[in-house]
Amino acid sequence: MELIEINNLKKAYGKHEVLSDITLKIPKGKIIGLLGRNGAGKTTLIKLINDLLTPTSGQILVNGAPIGVQSKKIISYLPERTYLDKSMRVCEAVKFFSDFYDNFDSDKAYRLLSDLGLDKYTKLSKMSKGMQEKVQLVLVMSREAELYILDEPLGGVDPATRDYILDTILSNFSEGASVIISTHLISDIERILDEVIFIDCGKIALYGECDKLREEENGSIDEIFRRMFKC
Amino acid sequence: MGFDFYNNIPIYLQIAKILKIKIISGEISPGERLPSVRDLAVELKANPNTVQRALADLENEKLIFTERTNGKFVTDNKALILKHKTAYASSLTEEYLNSMNKIGFSKEDAVNYIKSMGGNA
Repeated sequence: MELIEINNLKKAYGKHEVLSDITLKIPKGKIIGLLGRNGAGKTTLIKLINDLLTPTSGQILVNGAPIGVQSKKIISYLPERTYLDKSMRVCEAVKFFSDFYDNFDSDKAYRLLSDLGLDKYTKLSKMSKGMQEKVQLVLVMSREAELYILDEPLGGVDPATRDYILDTILSNFSEGASVIISTHLISDIERILDEVIFIDCGKIALYGECDKLREEENGSIDEIFRRMFKC
Repeated sequence: MGFDFYNNIPIYLQIAKILKIKIISGEISPGERLPSVRDLAVELKANPNTVQRALADLENEKLIFTERTNGKFVTDNKALILKHKTAYASSLTEEYLNSMNKIGFSKEDAVNYIKSMGGNA
Protein backbone atom coordinates (compact mmCIF):
# COMPACT_ATOMS: atom_id res chain seq x y z
CA MET A 1 0.00 0.00 0.00
CA GLU A 2 1.21 3.47 -0.78
CA LEU A 3 1.87 5.81 2.09
CA ILE A 4 -0.09 8.56 0.41
CA GLU A 5 -2.39 8.36 -2.52
CA ILE A 6 -3.89 11.51 -3.97
CA ASN A 7 -6.60 11.29 -6.60
CA ASN A 8 -7.79 14.16 -8.79
CA LEU A 9 -7.26 16.65 -6.01
CA LYS A 10 -8.54 20.14 -6.65
CA LYS A 11 -8.48 23.24 -4.49
CA ALA A 12 -10.04 26.51 -5.55
CA TYR A 13 -10.73 29.78 -3.79
CA GLY A 14 -13.83 30.97 -5.59
CA LYS A 15 -12.85 31.10 -9.23
CA HIS A 16 -9.17 30.98 -8.49
CA GLU A 17 -7.88 27.44 -8.88
CA VAL A 18 -4.76 26.82 -6.84
CA LEU A 19 -4.49 23.10 -7.43
CA SER A 20 -6.21 21.79 -10.49
CA ASP A 21 -5.99 17.99 -10.71
CA ILE A 22 -3.25 16.45 -8.68
CA THR A 23 -2.90 12.68 -8.84
CA LEU A 24 0.06 11.33 -7.00
CA LYS A 25 1.41 8.36 -5.08
CA ILE A 26 4.02 8.68 -2.40
CA PRO A 27 5.78 5.44 -1.43
CA LYS A 28 7.38 4.48 1.86
CA GLY A 29 11.06 4.93 2.59
CA LYS A 30 11.80 7.80 0.22
CA ILE A 31 13.01 11.35 0.54
CA ILE A 32 11.07 13.46 -1.89
CA GLY A 33 11.60 17.06 -2.92
CA LEU A 34 8.53 19.14 -3.61
CA LEU A 35 9.72 21.91 -5.87
CA GLY A 36 8.02 24.72 -7.66
CA ARG A 37 8.04 28.45 -8.20
CA ASN A 38 6.45 30.84 -5.74
CA GLY A 39 2.71 30.45 -5.75
CA ALA A 40 2.83 27.12 -7.59
CA GLY A 41 0.71 25.45 -4.92
CA LYS A 42 3.32 23.64 -2.81
CA THR A 43 2.13 24.87 0.55
CA THR A 44 -1.51 24.41 -0.42
CA LEU A 45 -0.82 20.77 -1.26
CA ILE A 46 1.02 20.30 2.03
CA LYS A 47 -1.78 21.90 4.01
CA LEU A 48 -4.33 19.67 2.31
CA ILE A 49 -2.34 16.55 3.23
CA ASN A 50 -2.25 17.81 6.81
CA ASP A 51 -6.00 18.36 6.89
CA LEU A 52 -5.59 22.10 7.43
CA LEU A 53 -7.52 22.91 4.27
CA THR A 54 -10.51 21.17 2.76
CA PRO A 55 -10.24 20.01 -0.84
CA THR A 56 -12.72 21.42 -3.35
CA SER A 57 -12.85 17.94 -4.87
CA GLY A 58 -10.76 14.81 -5.01
CA GLN A 59 -9.35 12.52 -2.39
CA ILE A 60 -6.32 12.03 -0.20
CA LEU A 61 -5.62 8.65 1.36
CA VAL A 62 -2.98 8.03 4.00
CA ASN A 63 -2.16 4.34 4.42
CA GLY A 64 -5.34 3.63 2.51
CA ALA A 65 -7.63 5.61 4.81
CA PRO A 66 -9.00 9.14 4.45
CA ILE A 67 -7.08 11.81 6.34
CA GLY A 68 -8.13 12.50 9.91
CA VAL A 69 -7.06 11.70 13.45
CA GLN A 70 -5.16 8.60 12.36
CA SER A 71 -3.19 10.36 9.65
CA LYS A 72 -2.21 13.18 12.01
CA LYS A 73 -0.66 10.63 14.33
CA ILE A 74 1.72 9.41 11.69
CA ILE A 75 2.52 12.68 9.93
CA SER A 76 5.00 15.04 11.51
CA TYR A 77 4.63 18.45 9.93
CA LEU A 78 6.95 21.44 9.94
CA PRO A 79 4.95 24.45 8.77
CA GLU A 80 6.49 27.45 7.05
CA ARG A 81 5.82 29.60 10.05
CA THR A 82 6.20 28.61 13.66
CA TYR A 83 3.08 28.23 15.74
CA LEU A 84 4.77 27.86 19.11
CA ASP A 85 3.91 30.25 21.91
CA LYS A 86 6.93 32.55 22.04
CA SER A 87 6.68 33.03 25.78
CA MET A 88 7.61 29.37 26.26
CA ARG A 89 11.08 28.23 27.16
CA VAL A 90 12.62 25.55 24.93
CA CYS A 91 12.10 22.89 27.60
CA GLU A 92 8.46 23.89 27.92
CA ALA A 93 8.02 23.45 24.18
CA VAL A 94 9.57 19.97 24.48
CA LYS A 95 7.16 19.15 27.32
CA PHE A 96 4.30 20.50 25.22
CA PHE A 97 5.19 18.18 22.36
CA SER A 98 5.67 15.15 24.58
CA ASP A 99 2.24 15.75 26.16
CA PHE A 100 0.71 16.18 22.76
CA TYR A 101 2.21 13.29 20.79
CA ASP A 102 2.70 9.81 22.14
CA ASN A 103 5.36 9.11 19.51
CA PHE A 104 7.56 12.00 20.67
CA ASP A 105 11.05 11.19 21.98
CA SER A 106 12.14 13.85 24.50
CA ASP A 107 15.64 12.42 24.92
CA LYS A 108 16.24 12.66 21.23
CA ALA A 109 14.96 16.23 21.20
CA TYR A 110 17.35 17.26 23.98
CA ARG A 111 20.24 15.54 22.25
CA LEU A 112 19.56 17.36 18.97
CA LEU A 113 19.08 20.67 20.78
CA SER A 114 22.42 20.36 22.51
CA ASP A 115 24.12 19.39 19.21
CA LEU A 116 22.79 22.63 17.78
CA GLY A 117 23.95 24.58 20.82
CA LEU A 118 20.45 25.60 21.87
CA ASP A 119 19.96 26.19 25.58
CA LYS A 120 16.83 24.57 26.94
CA TYR A 121 16.02 27.34 29.40
CA THR A 122 15.98 30.14 26.84
CA LYS A 123 12.63 31.66 25.98
CA LEU A 124 11.67 31.42 22.33
CA SER A 125 10.99 35.16 22.27
CA LYS A 126 14.66 35.74 23.12
CA MET A 127 15.87 33.67 20.19
CA SER A 128 16.60 34.77 16.65
CA LYS A 129 14.32 33.65 13.84
CA GLY A 130 16.85 31.04 12.68
CA MET A 131 17.20 29.63 16.20
CA GLN A 132 13.44 29.37 16.56
CA GLU A 133 13.30 27.51 13.27
CA LYS A 134 15.90 25.07 14.54
CA VAL A 135 13.89 24.41 17.70
CA GLN A 136 10.80 23.77 15.63
CA LEU A 137 12.65 21.40 13.33
CA VAL A 138 14.11 19.48 16.27
CA LEU A 139 10.62 19.05 17.70
CA VAL A 140 9.25 17.80 14.40
CA MET A 141 12.13 15.39 13.76
CA SER A 142 11.93 13.97 17.28
CA ARG A 143 8.61 12.31 16.58
CA GLU A 144 8.63 8.73 15.36
CA ALA A 145 6.45 9.40 12.38
CA GLU A 146 5.84 7.58 9.13
CA LEU A 147 5.85 10.74 7.10
CA TYR A 148 7.72 13.97 7.76
CA ILE A 149 6.55 16.97 5.81
CA LEU A 150 8.95 19.86 5.98
CA ASP A 151 7.80 23.10 4.42
CA GLU A 152 10.86 25.25 3.70
CA PRO A 153 13.04 23.89 6.50
CA LEU A 154 16.19 25.63 5.29
CA GLY A 155 14.98 29.13 4.59
CA GLY A 156 16.22 31.01 7.61
CA VAL A 157 19.26 29.04 8.68
CA ASP A 158 22.95 29.47 7.95
CA PRO A 159 24.80 27.07 5.58
CA ALA A 160 26.61 25.20 8.37
CA THR A 161 23.33 24.51 10.07
CA ARG A 162 21.83 23.52 6.73
CA ASP A 163 24.37 20.69 6.57
CA TYR A 164 23.49 19.67 10.09
CA ILE A 165 19.80 19.69 9.24
CA LEU A 166 20.38 17.46 6.21
CA ASP A 167 22.37 15.13 8.46
CA THR A 168 19.56 15.16 10.98
CA ILE A 169 17.05 14.31 8.31
CA LEU A 170 19.22 11.49 6.97
CA SER A 171 20.11 9.90 10.26
CA ASN A 172 16.88 10.43 12.13
CA PHE A 173 14.02 9.64 9.89
CA SER A 174 12.76 6.30 11.11
CA GLU A 175 13.28 3.18 9.05
CA GLY A 176 10.68 2.92 6.32
CA ALA A 177 9.48 6.47 6.84
CA SER A 178 9.27 9.03 4.08
CA VAL A 179 10.17 12.69 4.02
CA ILE A 180 8.69 15.38 1.82
CA ILE A 181 10.74 18.56 1.67
CA SER A 182 9.49 21.67 -0.01
CA THR A 183 12.17 24.22 -0.79
CA HIS A 184 13.67 26.69 -3.21
CA LEU A 185 17.19 25.78 -2.20
CA ILE A 186 17.39 22.87 -4.61
CA SER A 187 21.14 22.62 -5.01
CA ASP A 188 21.57 22.41 -1.24
CA ILE A 189 19.33 19.41 -0.81
CA GLU A 190 19.29 17.52 -4.08
CA ARG A 191 22.02 15.10 -3.04
CA ILE A 192 19.77 13.56 -0.41
CA LEU A 193 16.62 13.28 -2.52
CA ASP A 194 15.30 10.06 -4.05
CA GLU A 195 12.61 11.64 -6.10
CA VAL A 196 11.37 15.08 -7.06
CA ILE A 197 7.97 16.47 -7.75
CA PHE A 198 7.86 19.68 -9.76
CA ILE A 199 4.61 21.47 -9.38
CA ASP A 200 3.56 24.36 -11.56
CA CYS A 201 0.32 26.27 -11.96
CA GLY A 202 -1.47 23.79 -9.72
CA LYS A 203 -0.39 20.74 -11.71
CA ILE A 204 2.32 18.14 -11.45
CA ALA A 205 4.82 19.21 -14.07
CA LEU A 206 7.30 16.41 -13.44
CA TYR A 207 7.65 13.49 -11.05
CA GLY A 208 10.72 11.32 -11.27
CA GLU A 209 13.71 9.67 -9.73
CA CYS A 210 16.57 12.13 -9.29
CA ASP A 211 19.43 10.00 -10.60
CA LYS A 212 17.37 8.96 -13.59
CA LEU A 213 16.55 12.58 -14.38
CA ARG A 214 20.21 13.53 -14.07
CA GLU A 215 21.07 10.81 -16.57
CA GLU A 216 18.28 11.59 -19.01
CA GLU A 217 18.43 15.37 -18.88
CA ASN A 218 22.17 15.50 -18.41
CA GLY A 219 22.10 18.03 -15.63
CA SER A 220 21.46 18.63 -11.98
CA ILE A 221 17.94 18.83 -10.60
CA ASP A 222 18.59 22.51 -10.03
CA GLU A 223 19.48 22.97 -13.72
CA ILE A 224 16.46 20.97 -14.87
CA PHE A 225 14.28 23.18 -12.71
CA ARG A 226 15.82 26.37 -14.12
CA ARG A 227 15.45 25.12 -17.70
CA MET A 228 11.86 24.15 -17.17
CA PHE A 229 10.75 27.32 -15.46
CA LYS A 230 12.87 29.84 -17.30
CA CYS A 231 11.18 33.23 -17.17
CA MET B 1 33.14 13.82 6.42
CA GLY B 2 30.80 14.07 3.41
CA PHE B 3 31.89 14.33 -0.19
CA ASP B 4 31.29 17.07 -2.67
CA PHE B 5 29.10 15.38 -5.21
CA TYR B 6 28.54 16.84 -8.62
CA ASN B 7 24.83 17.43 -8.80
CA ASN B 8 24.75 16.88 -12.56
CA ILE B 9 26.05 13.30 -12.48
CA PRO B 10 23.90 10.56 -10.95
CA ILE B 11 24.90 10.39 -7.29
CA TYR B 12 24.88 6.58 -7.22
CA LEU B 13 27.62 6.48 -9.88
CA GLN B 14 29.72 8.84 -7.82
CA ILE B 15 29.24 6.77 -4.68
CA ALA B 16 30.10 3.58 -6.56
CA LYS B 17 33.29 5.26 -7.77
CA ILE B 18 34.28 6.45 -4.28
CA LEU B 19 33.86 2.93 -2.92
CA LYS B 20 35.62 1.36 -5.89
CA ILE B 21 38.64 3.58 -5.32
CA LYS B 22 38.70 2.55 -1.66
CA ILE B 23 38.68 -1.08 -2.72
CA ILE B 24 41.29 -0.92 -5.49
CA SER B 25 43.59 1.26 -3.38
CA GLY B 26 43.38 -1.27 -0.56
CA GLU B 27 41.90 1.24 1.89
CA ILE B 28 39.24 -1.40 2.36
CA SER B 29 41.01 -4.78 2.27
CA PRO B 30 39.92 -7.82 0.28
CA GLY B 31 37.40 -9.80 2.29
CA GLU B 32 36.72 -6.87 4.65
CA ARG B 33 33.17 -6.14 5.75
CA LEU B 34 31.65 -2.90 4.49
CA PRO B 35 29.86 -0.51 6.85
CA SER B 36 26.07 -0.78 6.79
CA VAL B 37 24.08 1.12 4.19
CA ARG B 38 22.82 3.46 6.88
CA ASP B 39 26.28 4.22 8.21
CA LEU B 40 27.62 4.77 4.71
CA ALA B 41 24.72 7.11 3.98
CA VAL B 42 25.46 9.22 7.02
CA GLU B 43 29.20 9.20 6.30
CA LEU B 44 28.71 10.23 2.68
CA LYS B 45 25.76 12.52 3.50
CA ALA B 46 23.73 10.75 0.88
CA ASN B 47 20.39 9.02 0.71
CA PRO B 48 20.39 5.38 1.90
CA ASN B 49 18.48 4.30 -1.21
CA THR B 50 21.15 5.87 -3.40
CA VAL B 51 23.90 4.12 -1.45
CA GLN B 52 22.00 0.86 -1.88
CA ARG B 53 21.92 1.38 -5.61
CA ALA B 54 25.66 2.08 -5.75
CA LEU B 55 26.32 -1.12 -3.82
CA ALA B 56 24.13 -3.06 -6.23
CA ASP B 57 26.34 -1.75 -9.04
CA LEU B 58 29.51 -2.94 -7.31
CA GLU B 59 27.85 -6.25 -6.62
CA ASN B 60 27.11 -6.64 -10.31
CA GLU B 61 30.78 -6.07 -11.00
CA LYS B 62 31.51 -8.77 -8.39
CA LEU B 63 33.67 -6.37 -6.39
CA ILE B 64 31.50 -6.93 -3.35
CA PHE B 65 29.17 -9.70 -2.29
CA THR B 66 26.36 -10.06 0.21
CA GLU B 67 26.44 -12.64 2.93
CA ARG B 68 22.87 -13.12 3.98
CA THR B 69 22.15 -11.51 7.39
CA ASN B 70 25.81 -10.72 7.79
CA GLY B 71 26.28 -7.71 5.57
CA LYS B 72 28.32 -6.86 2.52
CA PHE B 73 31.94 -7.80 2.00
CA VAL B 74 34.70 -6.88 -0.41
CA THR B 75 35.61 -9.75 -2.70
CA ASP B 76 38.72 -11.70 -1.78
CA ASN B 77 39.45 -12.29 -5.44
CA LYS B 78 42.65 -10.24 -5.68
CA ALA B 79 43.03 -10.83 -9.41
CA LEU B 80 39.63 -9.23 -9.98
CA ILE B 81 40.54 -6.22 -7.84
CA LEU B 82 43.78 -5.85 -9.80
CA LYS B 83 41.82 -5.98 -13.05
CA HIS B 84 39.61 -3.14 -11.90
CA LYS B 85 42.62 -1.22 -10.68
CA THR B 86 44.32 -1.52 -14.06
CA ALA B 87 41.17 -0.47 -15.89
CA TYR B 88 40.81 2.57 -13.65
CA ALA B 89 44.48 3.51 -14.05
CA SER B 90 44.27 3.35 -17.81
CA SER B 91 41.12 5.47 -17.92
CA LEU B 92 42.82 8.11 -15.75
CA THR B 93 45.89 8.03 -17.97
CA GLU B 94 43.84 8.32 -21.11
CA GLU B 95 42.03 11.29 -19.64
CA TYR B 96 45.33 12.94 -18.81
CA LEU B 97 46.80 12.32 -22.24
CA ASN B 98 43.68 13.71 -23.89
CA SER B 99 43.85 16.86 -21.82
CA MET B 100 47.55 17.26 -22.58
CA ASN B 101 46.85 16.65 -26.24
CA LYS B 102 44.40 19.54 -26.26
CA ILE B 103 47.13 21.93 -25.22
CA GLY B 104 49.52 20.57 -27.82
CA PHE B 105 51.46 17.84 -26.02
CA SER B 106 51.99 14.63 -27.96
CA LYS B 107 52.03 11.40 -26.01
CA GLU B 108 55.79 11.48 -26.01
CA ASP B 109 55.89 15.11 -24.88
CA ALA B 110 53.61 14.22 -22.04
CA VAL B 111 55.78 11.32 -20.96
CA ASN B 112 58.88 13.50 -21.08
CA TYR B 113 57.06 16.18 -19.17
CA ILE B 114 56.20 13.76 -16.39
CA LYS B 115 59.81 12.63 -16.27
CA SER B 116 61.00 16.21 -16.10
CA MET B 117 58.80 16.73 -13.02
CA GLY B 118 60.72 13.77 -11.62
CA GLY B 119 61.49 14.58 -8.01
CA ASN B 120 58.18 16.33 -7.37
CA ALA B 121 55.94 13.63 -8.69
